[in-house]
Amino acid sequence: MARKITIEPVTRVEGHGKVTIHMDDNNNIVQSRLHIVEFRGFERFVQGRPYWEAPVLVQRLCGICPVSHHLAAAKAMDVIVGAGTGDGLTPTGEKMRRLMHYGQIFQSHVLHFFHLVSPDLLFGIDASPEIRNIIGVSIEHRDLAVQGVMMRKFGQEIIRATAGKKIHGTGAIPGGINKSLSIEERDFFLKGDDPFNADHMITWSLGAVEFIKDYLKKNRELVDNFAAFPSNHLSLVRKDGAMDLYHGVLRAVDHNGKKILHDVDYLDYLDYIGEEVKSWTYMKFPFIKKLGKEDGWYRVGPLARLNACDFIPTPHAQKEFEEFRAYTKGKPNNMSLYTHWARLIEVLHAAEMMKELLHDPDLQGDDLVVKGTKTNEGIGLLEAPRGTLFHHYRINDDDLIEMANLIVSTTNNNTPMNRAVESVAKQYMTGQTEITEPMMNAVEVAIRAYDPCISCATHAIGKMPLKIELYDSQNHLLDKKQK
Amino acid sequence: MNESPTVLIYGYGNPGRQDDGLGNAFVEKMEQWVRNKNISSITFDSNYQLNIEDAEAISDKELVIFVDASTEPIDDFCITRVNASEASVEFTMHAVSPSFILHLCNQLFDKYPHCCLLHIKGYEWEFKEKLSSKANANMLKAFDFLCDKLRHPESRISLFKELVEC
Repeated sequence: MARKITIEPVTRVEGHGKVTIHMDDNNNIVQSRLHIVEFRGFERFVQGRPYWEAPVLVQRLCGICPVSHHLAAAKAMDVIVGAGTGDGLTPTGEKMRRLMHYGQIFQSHVLHFFHLVSPDLLFGIDASPEIRNIIGVSIEHRDLAVQGVMMRKFGQEIIRATAGKKIHGTGAIPGGINKSLSIEERDFFLKGDDPFNADHMITWSLGAVEFIKDYLKKNRELVDNFAAFPSNHLSLVRKDGAMDLYHGVLRAVDHNGKKILHDVDYLDYLDYIGEEVKSWTYMKFPFIKKLGKEDGWYRVGPLARLNACDFIPTPHAQKEFEEFRAYTKGKPNNMSLYTHWARLIEVLHAAEMMKELLHDPDLQGDDLVVKGTKTNEGIGLLEAPRGTLFHHYRINDDDLIEMANLIVSTTNNNTPMNRAVESVAKQYMTGQTEITEPMMNAVEVAIRAYDPCISCATHAIGKMPLKIELYDSQNHLLDKKQK
Repeated sequence: MNESPTVLIYGYGNPGRQDDGLGNAFVEKMEQWVRNKNISSITFDSNYQLNIEDAEAISDKELVIFVDASTEPIDDFCITRVNASEASVEFTMHAVSPSFILHLCNQLFDKYPHCCLLHIKGYEWEFKEKLSSKANANMLKAFDFLCDKLRHPESRISLFKELVEC
């Protein structure tokens, strides 16, 4: 009888997930799946609400990256109020939003790397779970753990200063923003005592990049072969090909670097991106339409962004980008664990961007909002920490939202995460009769590379019901459970 | 503990999910009361969830009162002492606990503030902004309780000493 192994929950991933691995009678892996229990009712919930509420309402989606949803919704509402896409705002409006966004990227990536990933790197994926966590890092590598805490705090304070508050921020509104940055707020970040200032954040970010490069150098065989598989890569890029995490055109490249989407306007995303539904998971499978469902899936996030862009417009990050691209001889990097390198280059870029923006006098401007001719449909995209985030709304004549469609970053990475699980399961579990802790963690390490945010909910109701079904090789249901 | 101990009241939860926002609503109400009474040395914070940087945020405080919504079988509210615990490394970041934060604070900053957790019973968890009426009533009871305890510096000190498991 075929065996089915279930691993749940996936540790140190935002939210809840379940992995099922099917083996045949000879203990060969025949099927591996990452099942996502994702609550999708939110799109219906916003229907009937006034459009101007959307940037605040959507923050209810997620306690992990509310700023990304806040800004993506605001960008969509910019279109509805006739303020254009991204570059149509006043300089103060656009730059305040950018500062908020880079603060979010910085703190989110820092949390993921220092808290969730560094234990695997410092202690090894086969180390005891008792030590392989942030407490273990704080005991063995205290300076590194303190850096993670202080960098995270810096990003959070940037968000507080630009969004107005940490919870349900109101900084971005349709057509602009509702506050600029005072001189006092600016100087708090630029002239704060060490280490709490923008310069120190750059220094620490450079150190983090050196840390990951050292790890990769010493563990090349592992990382080059762990969850490595060819894929397409999708990202927003600036019109000149530069990395731009706030605004740009949609570009996709294949595993060799050949362009599949040629810098298209994201307002036309429905012409290029489709979503497939599968019966065994709540999460959809996006794909590039012209390649079809089978071949059109793609990665998003730090690895995809560094594979898709031509350069990074800040000096330190650009230098690291050149080294990153040189490792694969200018071709896209298709090895999942290199996402950590890419993510830390983005941390460095975000630190540089925050400093650059903080020095910009436009942040103290008082021209905050733009309005034009209203339309009834708006689309907003940005590069959230985990990847491309799509928000699409249509409103009626009473200014009420009648349709919303969201494609969140983790959904875009659905197929790549499943491929990563399959790759690692075959590598670590084929022929095995027992699942050991290191084997289980290998699967989780593969998923964690994509930093998925699964539940998009906060703790009190974060535990969605899960149904577990057990089938034999003849597809007979042996057992089912719900909790 | 000093004669006028530094106190942090930290509410967490998602106010967009009805009673999950009890901690945030409590902090908002308490902050207004402290402002009106002109009480010094009490500060406030609020967030969707506890996170690693909170280890630094509590490190310079003498007493920390975390406030969270509860689904446990309690009548209205209760307050419990928080002890540092390694076992509280939860499997998702949504569930980082006060005891984890305290443990991390001790590891990273060599500080061990007195901590307690105020649990307020909640009932409704849908995508709505407003607390349910029953949860709001529980919050007001907890508010009266804590106002009484924080009114005078000496009662703040006794608060920690009086804590019992509920």
